[in-house]
Amino acid sequence: MSSRRVVITGLGLVTPVGIGAETAWKALLEGKCGIRRIRAFDPSRFDSQVGGEIEGLNVAGAVPKAYRKSAKIMARDIEIAVVAAYEAAKDAGLKTRCLIERGEATGPSNLDPTRFGANIGAGLICADLTELAGALYTAVDERGQFSLRKWGVDGMKNLTPLWLLKFLPNMLSCHVTIVHDAQAPSNTITCAEAASHLAIGEAFRTVARGSADICICGGAESKLNPMGLMRQSLLKRLSLTHNDDPASACRPFDADRDGSVISEGGGLLIVEELEHARQRGARIYCELVGFGASTNTQSWLAPEPEGKGIALAIRKALQDAKVTANDVGLIATSGPGTVAHDLSEARGIRAALGDKAGSIPALAIKGAIGNNGAGSGAIDLAIAALCVRHQIIPPATSTKKVDPACGLNLVVGKPIEAKTGIAVSVAYALGGGQNAVLVLKRMED
Amino acid sequence: MERRRVVITGMGWITPLGDDIEVVWKRLLNGDSGVAPTTLFDASTFPTTFSAEVKKFDLAKYLGPDAKRHSTASRNSQFALAAAKIAWGDAGLEECTNLDPARVGIYLGGGEGPIDFDNFAAAAVQGWDAAANGGRGDLDAVKWAEVAVQRLDATREFEQDPNMAAGHIACQFNAQGPTFNTLTACAASTQAMGEATNLIRRGDADVIISGGTHSMIHPFGVTGFNRLTALSTRNDSCLTASRPFDRTRDGFVLGEGAGIVILEEYEHARRRGARILAEIAGFGSTADAFRVTDIHEDGRGGIAAMRLALEDAGVKPEAIDYISAHGTGTEENDKIESLAIQGVFKEFAIKVPVSSIKSMMGHLIAAAGAVELITCVLAIRDGVLPPTTNYANPDLNCPLDYVPNKARKATVDAALSNSFGFGGQNDTIVLTRIAG
Repeated sequence: MSSRRVVITGLGLVTPVGIGAETAWKALLEGKCGIRRIRAFDPSRFDSQVGGEIEGLNVAGAVPKAYRKSAKIMARDIEIAVVAAYEAAKDAGLKTRCLIERGEATGPSNLDPTRFGANIGAGLICADLTELAGALYTAVDERGQFSLRKWGVDGMKNLTPLWLLKFLPNMLSCHVTIVHDAQAPSNTITCAEAASHLAIGEAFRTVARGSADICICGGAESKLNPMGLMRQSLLKRLSLTHNDDPASACRPFDADRDGSVISEGGGLLIVEELEHARQRGARIYCELVGFGASTNTQSWLAPEPEGKGIALAIRKALQDAKVTANDVGLIATSGPGTVAHDLSEARGIRAALGDKAGSIPALAIKGAIGNNGAGSGAIDLAIAALCVRHQIIPPATSTKKVDPACGLNLVVGKPIEAKTGIAVSVAYALGGGQNAVLVLKRMED
Repeated sequence: MERRRVVITGMGWITPLGDDIEVVWKRLLNGDSGVAPTTLFDASTFPTTFSAEVKKFDLAKYLGPDAKRHSTASRNSQFALAAAKIAWGDAGLEECTNLDPARVGIYLGGGEGPIDFDNFAAAAVQGWDAAANGGRGDLDAVKWAEVAVQRLDATREFEQDPNMAAGHIACQFNAQGPTFNTLTACAASTQAMGEATNLIRRGDADVIISGGTHSMIHPFGVTGFNRLTALSTRNDSCLTASRPFDRTRDGFVLGEGAGIVILEEYEHARRRGARILAEIAGFGSTADAFRVTDIHEDGRGGIAAMRLALEDAGVKPEAIDYISAHGTGTEENDKIESLAIQGVFKEFAIKVPVSSIKSMMGHLIAAAGAVELITCVLAIRDGVLPPTTNYANPDLNCPLDYVPNKARKATVDAALSNSFGFGGQNDTIVLTRIAG
């Protein structure tokens, strides 16, 4: 069965090392780090006190004027997605409703809204604790205890009527599709750190089979709030040893890594049918050629020690791309920096790629940006696409000595030039068992 | 090359009307209601005091000794496990020895697990510094963290993630293929089953455990919907509160539960001699791209989703014998859904029976579409349509045949099931009888 070819024509990144794909890319090449002591709230009671924070997130600058008041009902995760979507659409040269109404593109649009879809990964969006605690406090009884009866009578009235809409995971995609007028198939995938790969994989299939010509896809999440930090702390996923040296806190695949760090961020990509892209003269970063997904079945709590599920997803993706391990020039790892996940991932990669796995250059960026949850895979993939386009790989700056047990050829220290024809990008949920892998191919000019 | 076909070979549900497919189906045909005063928490002072709860649920009834392994699972994940176990058995997969686990996938519309409300609220109020911020108050993150770290439980927090139901199912049934969880609000499980169909068609899996699960009958869930004024507030007559398409409707009734279907590639099902219940012939998904708070007034997103699903199925509108409506019982949904059906079916619209089982079961949110698709399968099988109950007052804005109050005999060869979600998510599946 003939399948349409799908290419990446736009990248929109919102990360702790910068907003905009070009800015984030340059920062990574320069070895910059976005991890610092948390400023958004006082973290002093937590064991891990560092995180990746985004500065200068400006939603008003990413939506039409008339839509600005809707920003009031956007959780941070949604704001990140809306800014990433704006960056991606602009980067791809799309004349969407948003860009035309903002006067940044002149109409008519170069898009058919009924052929423009969305597939966006989202996390379990944390309620704004300050807003909620303030409202809950109005329902304490004379003993100082929270009273559900009091809450039902009048406490809940202290929440804005549209409160629920701030936290529905599909609101990332809803706001993005409204702002840019994307009416074709629209989906939201909620599989933790695997979410954006699964969403991009679905968007790839949607365009390949002809259900849309162009899709905005990826994911976004913010864990940078007290509840997000509390959850990751309780799960013991965080580095606890580097509060005084945040830039070294998350050390993917390092021999003495001791955990991840919380973060916020996201990436949205424009994936497009090849001829559609060519007809409008779009710049093409690379071709999306393979997608594979699998599930761990030993435990929904912990990673598989041998990385069996990750290996299966890589094999499926390579088969889908019709390439072999010998063709792979770059492995874009997920590498969250926890002891068990990194080892499981490395073993999975080696099981799937065989002897060659230890010599293929590997990319790890979480040391610089932390764990962006549902947004992390899209950021990894976007950076991999830039590696393929520019034939250069940024280093994992916080990793000093690669763990021999992992056995990967991680790019550390300085960027390296590397001829990359095929890149494999790995993602998996830290909990839940979902694995997803995407394969990129360089387009010869 | 011919497109791979996708059929349903097993079904299971956990609903406010029970857990047995045949018993619940009879109750639906009988017009029974699953609605009652809320017992899961003290809702006595809430604007809405009633809901459609799953009663006396015990996972061990379904999983036996395996239930222990999943004892930390949240309520929605447990519903999903139970419904999946029923569906898996119904499909004859317990006896199937040559299933390739790498070809068995999962595509759920699974909701988030209910928040640990009591501990969350206690930490929140203790962490609130009422004197801060010039008397307006502010969160004291240090104090909050001190309380929260004592009160919140790691596993309970972890199990709230919306991908957990799928994680449990994968382990229970050794499903190593692709897993997706979609959460497009009230459209989620229809979207899941539709996207799963595309996955099997393309060859990415042969069997997919699909459907949805959700429970929002907890203080924050009801608070959220009450603040949106989306729920019926007929506290004095909760049995008749859910009245889709009736002029006096005043909102939906919150339900909970799970619906799971086993989707299977047609030849795969035939080869193992499986009983085939119906075919998923077409799927359509669109976004309104209009407003997060309102449906587009022309129903354009719903129209496009229904048209795409019919086109995908190669079925003409006049060949549809039954429409399972989203039919929530809110003023806006029922009016615009009726308009959208007229937009697609034109002169046939008044001839196609349309009903909403939400009148009896309430609205299962992410799980609604799956439970409704199962009733479409049963309608095809038995030649009978479930009614829209509590229908007494016709509404000029809802001029269709809603199968009012009484089940009706009808030959159903093709059914269409709609699910629409907050924010303008529209998903439609066309289901057909399998020939022969």
